[in-house]
Amino acid sequence: MSVTRRTVLKGMAAAAATSVTGVPKALARERKKPPADAVGMLYDATRCIGCKACMVKCKEVNHLPPEPGTKVEGMYDAPDDLSGYTKNVIKLYREGDKVSYMKAQCMHCVDPACVSVCMISAFRKDKQGIVTYDPAQCVGCRYCMMACPFNIPKYQWDVAFPKIVKCELCRHRLAEGKLPGCVEACPREAVIFGRLEDLKADAKRRIAAEPGRYYPKVYGETDGGGTQVLYLSAAGIPFEKLGLPDIGDQPLPELSETLQHAVYQGFVAPIVLYGALGIVIYRNRKRQSGEEEGDK
Amino acid sequence: MNSHFRPVGGPILTKTFLVSAAVFAVSAAILVWRFIVGLGPTTAMSDLYPWGIWITYDVVVGTALACGGYAVALLCYVLNKGKYHHLIRPAILTSALGYTLAGVSVIIDLGRYWNVWKVPLLWNWNRNSILLEVAICIMSYVVVLWIELSPAFIEKWEEDAPWQWLRNLSIRIHPWLNKILIPILALGILLPTMHQSSLGSMMLIAMHKLHKLWHTPFLPLLFLLSCIVMGYAAVVFETALADSVFKLPRETKLLAPLSVAMVIVLFAYLAVRIADLAYRGRLGLIFRFDFYSFMFLLEMALFLTPAVLLLFRRFRYNPGVEFVCAMMMMAGGLLYRFDAFLVGFKPAPGWNYFPSVPEMFVTFGLVAFEVMAYLFIVKTFPILGGAPHAAAGTAHGVAGVPAPGR
Repeated sequence: MSVTRRTVLKGMAAAAATSVTGVPKALARERKKPPADAVGMLYDATRCIGCKACMVKCKEVNHLPPEPGTKVEGMYDAPDDLSGYTKNVIKLYREGDKVSYMKAQCMHCVDPACVSVCMISAFRKDKQGIVTYDPAQCVGCRYCMMACPFNIPKYQWDVAFPKIVKCELCRHRLAEGKLPGCVEACPREAVIFGRLEDLKADAKRRIAAEPGRYYPKVYGETDGGGTQVLYLSAAGIPFEKLGLPDIGDQPLPELSETLQHAVYQGFVAPIVLYGALGIVIYRNRKRQSGEEEGDK
Repeated sequence: MNSHFRPVGGPILTKTFLVSAAVFAVSAAILVWRFIVGLGPTTAMSDLYPWGIWITYDVVVGTALACGGYAVALLCYVLNKGKYHHLIRPAILTSALGYTLAGVSVIIDLGRYWNVWKVPLLWNWNRNSILLEVAICIMSYVVVLWIELSPAFIEKWEEDAPWQWLRNLSIRIHPWLNKILIPILALGILLPTMHQSSLGSMMLIAMHKLHKLWHTPFLPLLFLLSCIVMGYAAVVFETALADSVFKLPRETKLLAPLSVAMVIVLFAYLAVRIADLAYRGRLGLIFRFDFYSFMFLLEMALFLTPAVLLLFRRFRYNPGVEFVCAMMMMAGGLLYRFDAFLVGFKPAPGWNYFPSVPEMFVTFGLVAFEVMAYLFIVKTFPILGGAPHAAAGTAHGVAGVPAPGR
C-alpha cells in the first residue's frame, strides 16, 4: 500500500480519535496502591482545641519565618492560610452553633497530581509514600499548584529566588527517628503519626466506638485515589465544610495519563506520523518541481 | 524557486515602529523590576491563580495564533496546494516570532528560571508530564521554524550581507539546507499537532477546578481543531493588513477556497463541542444564562458566525467579510482558550484573577517587539510575495502591521 496524503490524514484522525474516545481498557492505567511501608497522619477534628502549638512547632522545625497577621492588626505570626512560608495551619469553621477546627497541610496523595504533572520530577513519592519536593529540580512553573485538588503547594511570591513550599511530613525528622513537628507538639493527640494501615484501622475504630461523635466517613481513605493524611470530622459537619472537597475516588492523573499514554504509547504514533509526513512531502515536492520545470 | 519573494523595502524607523519601541521600553523596565522583586508585586497571580495572562495569552493563545505556519504548511506540503506557496514565508515568519516570544514569556513567568536548562536533559524527564511534552515540542518547534524561515535570510545574504564571512557562510549553507528541508518540514507539521493538542490535555488534570462547560476528555481534540482555525485566520488577517499597508496585490481570490477548508474545521469543532456536552448531559449548563453560559455562548457565536457566512460564495470573495470572519475566528479561539485556562478555572470560592497593569504591559511589550521584528524583517528580507519592486512600503509609512502571531 502506498502512502498518500490520505493515509496521513487518516493517521492524524485516528490519533485524534484514540486520544479522546475509546481508549482501550488494556491501556488504562492501573490504580496505584500506597507503598508497603506507607506512613501518614490522622487528624481528628473532634480532639483539636485550636491551640496552634502545631503551627508554632512546624515553623520552628522547618525554619520558616513568621507571617504577621493581615486580619488582626499587630498580631504576630497569624497566617490566614497555607503560604510560601506556612506548611501547616489550623483554621476555624463556624456556622450557627456548629464549630470545628481544621488542620490544613499536604495530604500526601497515594497518586498525587503534583507528581504526575511535574516536568522534571521536583515532586516525587518516596518509599514511605511521602510526597517530597526538591528545589534543585524545580523550574517554578507552578503546574503543581494548578493541578492539586487541595490547593496545597504554595509559592513564595515576594522574592526574586522563590521556592514551592508544602509539608513533607517532616521527613528530615523521621530520618532522625523523631515525630513530625506538629504531631510532637499536639497536647491532645488530635494529630497522630503512624503506619497508614494502622491509622486507617484506628480511624474506623473511633467511628465505630462513638458513632454519635463522628461524621461517618474517614476522609482520605479513598478520596482522589486515597491520601496518606486521613481526617475525622465531628457529627453533622461534612468534610466540604472543612475545605476538603468532594472529588470522588478517581485519582486525578488517571484521565490525563491514560489519554496521553494511549496516544504516545512507545512513541509509535508520532514516529509513524512523522515518517508518513516525510514521504508525502517528498513526493509532493518532487511532483511540484517536475511541474515547475515543465512550465519553463 | 521562491524567486518571487521580495523585501518590501522602505524606511525602518516609521511611526509604528517607534511607538512599538516605546511600549517595549516600558515593558523592559517592568521586566527588570519583576526579576528584582519577584512575581508577587508585579502581577496579580496568587496561590490559587498560579497562572495568569503570561501563560494564558502569551503561550496558550499566542502559539495558537502563531499556527499560521502550521495551517499553511499542512495545506502546501501535505494537501499539496502549491498555489498557496507564496503564503508560506509570511506565515512561517509570524509563527517563528509568535513561538519565540511565547518561549521568552515562559522564561519571564518561571519562578526558578535558572533551572530551566535541566528540562531538555533526557534523564530528568517525567514522561507522565504533559507540560514536559509541550515544553520540549515548543522548544524544538522554535528551532524548526527558524530553520524553515532561514532560506529567506540566506537568499538575501548570498547577495548582500553586512559582513563577507556571513555571505560566504550563506553560500555554503544553502545547498545543505535544501537537503535537510524535507525532514524539517515534516517536523514542522508533527510538532504542532503534538503540542497544540497537548496544550488542551494540560487542563485535564484540573478536573474539579475547571468549569464543566470546559472540562472534557475532548480538550486535546478541541485545542487541535481550534489552533488550525486560529492559525488560518491569523494568516488571512496578516495577509490583508500587509497587502494594504505595503500596497501589494489583493489576495482575496486566492484565500477564498481556503475558507472552505476552514468552514469544515469550524463545523467539526462545533459538532465535537456540542455532541460532547450533550453526551455527558451538560447541555443544561449552556442555558443557565449565568456568567459562564454567557461566555460559552459568545465563544460559540464567534465560531458559528464565520462558519455560516463563509458557506456562501459571495461572502468568501468579499475581502471585507473575509477579514471580519478572520477576526471573529481569532477572537473565538482566544476566548475559548482564556475560558479553558482562566475564566472557567475556579480553584476555590471567593478567589479571582484579573491581570495587573504591569503584567498587561509586559504582554503589550512582547506584542510590540513582535511588530518591530516583523516590520524589520519583511522590509529587509524576501518574505512577502508579488510585491511591486521598490517604492512600496513608504506610501503608508505611518500605518503598521501588527503581527497577529500574538
